[in-house]
Amino acid sequence: MDIMDTIKQQIEQNAIILFMKGSPSAPQCGFSMKASQALMACGKRFAYVDVLSNPEIRQNLPVYANWPTFPQLWVNGELVGGCDIIMDMSEKGELKTLVDTIDDSANG
Amino acid sequence: MSSMQANIEQKLQSLAPTFLSVINESGNHSVPPNSETHFKVTMVSDQFEGLAAVRRHQQVYAVLAEPLANGVHALALHTYTPLEWGLRQESSPASPDCLGGSKQA
Repeated sequence: MDIMDTIKQQIEQNAIILFMKGSPSAPQCGFSMKASQALMACGKRFAYVDVLSNPEIRQNLPVYANWPTFPQLWVNGELVGGCDIIMDMSEKGELKTLVDTIDDSANG
Repeated sequence: MSSMQANIEQKLQSLAPTFLSVINESGNHSVPPNSETHFKVTMVSDQFEGLAAVRRHQQVYAVLAEPLANGVHALALHTYTPLEWGLRQESSPASPDCLGGSKQA
């Protein structure tokens, strides 16, 4: 499958997906750590992709997303933003409000 | 001031900032001394009015496409309208600590 199709499929099939460096339990970058912690604090299941172990995604997602850096949070097929936006929303309670709109049955 | 910092500041003038701060935070990360890889941008502009944060950041990234393609690795972005900036009492959040991930890259 074409890498752009793979990316599209990941974003479409996971209502909440975080593209990050490392994993939520072993993040490899401070920005990815803060983003994944804020998301975990919302108590909702989410998918993640470690872009350090998926170099093709690391290279191509910025083009697909028109967003050059990681982490990237996508909800319902839409780019929410990177670490700064996620942290800002988390502090205002907006992150939990957003992910709480996701029905778990639609959240692969 | 570093050359990359000046380059970033100059390019961001196109978004008509009423306040602009570009800080080189590379020293906090696992890169050689005097690197120009990690920056924090705090910016206030009327042009952000009515735009979601994700769109504001995309505007900044578009203006900074050249530096991002040429060595700038991380950009902490804090973008506000003049009203939002006033409500924040003119302060932006601190950037996170490094965890060394770029050593693997």
